[in-house]
Amino acid sequence: MARMKFLCDAERCIECNGCVTACKQEHEIPWGVNRRRVVTLNDGLPGEKSISVACMHCSDAPCMAVCPVDCFYKTSEGVVLHDKDLCIGCGYCFYACPFGAPQFPQDGAFGLRGKMDKCTFCAGGPEQDHSAAEFKKYGRNRLAEGKLPACAEMCSTKALLGGDGDVVADIYRTRVLTRGKGSDVWGWGTAYGKPETRQPAPPQAKS
Amino acid sequence: MKARLIIASALAITAFAVAGCGEKPNVTIYKQGQYQGKPDNVPWQSQPFNNSQADWDKAIKARNARQNEYARIENQ
Repeated sequence: MARMKFLCDAERCIECNGCVTACKQEHEIPWGVNRRRVVTLNDGLPGEKSISVACMHCSDAPCMAVCPVDCFYKTSEGVVLHDKDLCIGCGYCFYACPFGAPQFPQDGAFGLRGKMDKCTFCAGGPEQDHSAAEFKKYGRNRLAEGKLPACAEMCSTKALLGGDGDVVADIYRTRVLTRGKGSDVWGWGTAYGKPETRQPAPPQAKS
Repeated sequence: MKARLIIASALAITAFAVAGCGEKPNVTIYKQGQYQGKPDNVPWQSQPFNNSQADWDKAIKARNARQNEYARIENQ
């Protein structure tokens, strides 16, 4: 069983924002919501580094622990998803997330906080696969089409890798051994350093 | 007068001694809740995989391998 993970190679990221654009285009994400974004450290200085950041689908996801309405679940592939019908937009998950992944669309004239939106690892949500409702709420379900997240597949320098954690780690290991430097993976320890949360059996719809 | 003072002191000491008993712990221990939302499908349940997990695994594995440009170049 694949355990889906993201890995961003700061040695390769050229801050092209291709991943951000791919994500926005794939899921038709509205203005003000960025499921993925590129963070640059020491911008314009020697040794500048860029990292593509989104929900990392943590092993022990803090958002799941703090949600007051328990709208989060983890799929059998290790993807952290949530039910937008249940979300109350309280923002607790935003404060708990070490990556700033949860996004809140600004609705109405007074900027009311809408229901939380975040990266789904292109796995849709708790609606019928490939349905209009799933696309509207969660975006496209590429995983059910046998594809990996659009951001990782679109990355021109292959700085952003996404997919089965073991395979992704093997690819990165080969890369580091070949180039002989840059073995630090930003966010990997924070996201996957803790043991997998013991979850109740993932809910499944009757087909 | 002295007896009253003793009783008052005893009451005060007793009240002081048990004052901490009514305190509640201030540290919240979060418990993992049970998911309350709608059920979800596994990715291979719908089209184009028709409930074949093996086919889905194969497709994902092929996509995963394509991310490794060292292997991709060798195969060309």
